[in-house]
Amino acid sequence: MSVLVYTESEQGTFKKAALEVASYAKAVASQMGTTVTAVTFNANDASELGNYGVDKVLNVTNTNEFNAKIYADVLKQAAEKEGAKVVVVSSSANAKYLAPLLAVGLNAGYASNVIEAPVNTSPFSVKRTAFTNKAFNITEINTDVKVVGVSNNAFGVVENSGSASVEDFSPSLTSSDTKVQSVDKATDKVSIADADIVVSGGRGLKGPENWGMIEELADVLGAATACSKPVSDLGWRPHSEHVGQTGKPVASNLYIAIGISGAIQHLAGVNASKVKVVINTDPEAPFFKAADYGVVGDAFEVVPQLIEKLKEFKAQNA
Amino acid sequence: MKILVCISHVPDTTSKINFTEGDTKFDTNGVQFVINPNDEFGLTRAMWFKEKQGASVDVVNVGGAETEPTLRKALAIGADSAIRVNTPATDGFAVAKQLAKVVQDGGYDLVIAGRESIDYNGGMVPGMLAGLTDVNFVNNCIGLDVDGSNATATREIDGGKETVSTALPLVVGGQKGLVEESDLRIPNMRGIMMARKKPLNVVEPVDANAETAAVKFEKPAPKGDVKLVSPDNIDELVSLLHNEAKVI
Repeated sequence: MSVLVYTESEQGTFKKAALEVASYAKAVASQMGTTVTAVTFNANDASELGNYGVDKVLNVTNTNEFNAKIYADVLKQAAEKEGAKVVVVSSSANAKYLAPLLAVGLNAGYASNVIEAPVNTSPFSVKRTAFTNKAFNITEINTDVKVVGVSNNAFGVVENSGSASVEDFSPSLTSSDTKVQSVDKATDKVSIADADIVVSGGRGLKGPENWGMIEELADVLGAATACSKPVSDLGWRPHSEHVGQTGKPVASNLYIAIGISGAIQHLAGVNASKVKVVINTDPEAPFFKAADYGVVGDAFEVVPQLIEKLKEFKAQNA
Repeated sequence: MKILVCISHVPDTTSKINFTEGDTKFDTNGVQFVINPNDEFGLTRAMWFKEKQGASVDVVNVGGAETEPTLRKALAIGADSAIRVNTPATDGFAVAKQLAKVVQDGGYDLVIAGRESIDYNGGMVPGMLAGLTDVNFVNNCIGLDVDGSNATATREIDGGKETVSTALPLVVGGQKGLVEESDLRIPNMRGIMMARKKPLNVVEPVDANAETAAVKFEKPAPKGDVKLVSPDNIDELVSLLHNEAKVI
């Protein structure tokens, strides 16, 4: 009756979210007095998961390309094989895609956006965000098998001295009509979902030609770039960078908002970030009320200085 | 093509979020309810299918009579008819089970539901509905074309997007990108008048237990004041981020 966890890898390497959900699964297993089994797809070094509390890895090698229906069915088979009562997944786009299918397959209640280890294991209850980060709720899952979706960057990665045994797992593969035609993905950039730091620009930057300093700042910090809704609506930046209620959610350690006033829809989408810095000329901008640190000043003066100071800082702390 | 658009009835984004009955219930007092933003993009995309390719568009909500104004708004935007499943929306799984019955009875080719509602943010109804009705599913859908029984859909992935070929019947979890914000339609007077005469069918629920229950709500602790740094002293900001916030 182990706890099952879906640990995603990209080109064979585990994503940070995978280590985070492995850590989470370990916490659940400790509460329930059981072990953790991870399911990976074509991981290069699946045994690495032992460092995060995983006892056993089922490494699936007979399918490669992500397909939500097929992957959900593989996880279902793994859960049944292991007699898992709790299945843990991340909040990546792919995990959120397959989790509801998996929940139906296992006839399991599913709670998403969970931010802490279970409050209780009987009844099984978890704390999750709701109302787009304006509240939390404690949700009880009343089914025999439970699916828990863990928010990115909420529980954290917890190292654990252990070792994991690795088994090849070749489940039967269900069929799917859905086939990937093309993928458009920047491989040289940090994605908003995976980033520890996000640098975001708004209409205060006056035009797309001024994004050079945003990109440079992001570069210095190893951050992802993002933008407000008006900026993406105006076509200054691609839609994929739009963060906020109808865009991508952000749950980074540090969110730097430059020339963004902080409309409620924007704040809803970025509130889960731990530390927020706002740079804006208008001291009345609502974002200052939601931020931890603020600079009332012109982005065109403040950002280049910040880049210089950060470069000096990096040089000293390298 | 028969299209069903799932409409969630949610508090407007600017609503104050409060709870009652010992923090066990959302306080709807004084709250303005709207069509869930993620559903609105799907509704407009459905109208385009209707106008450009020919389709019927029904809208559905699982909820009490208080959600009918939201369904009427969808009718005013241009949907042909509305269905309300007469039971409170308890959890995502239970809602998906109710919707599955509507989809099976109606023989829909395409179901568009928002990727998540802005109240409970479960993000599970579209996928569960696809799973329960055993049809194709594309989540976080930002582009959709249908040609006969073939569909091409684009979905957002972490760090980019992916285009897939798939087939009807299909459920999509929709969001901005299906259409743009500027494409969204505001009901006009004629639409509102016509909506009054369009059918809004109330159907009784099937037996479906909620598998989860939100038993308690909490609000985040009040935030401390922002710490302002002078634009002439950016060194201090770097130092605060390093020593105090420990994020760099």
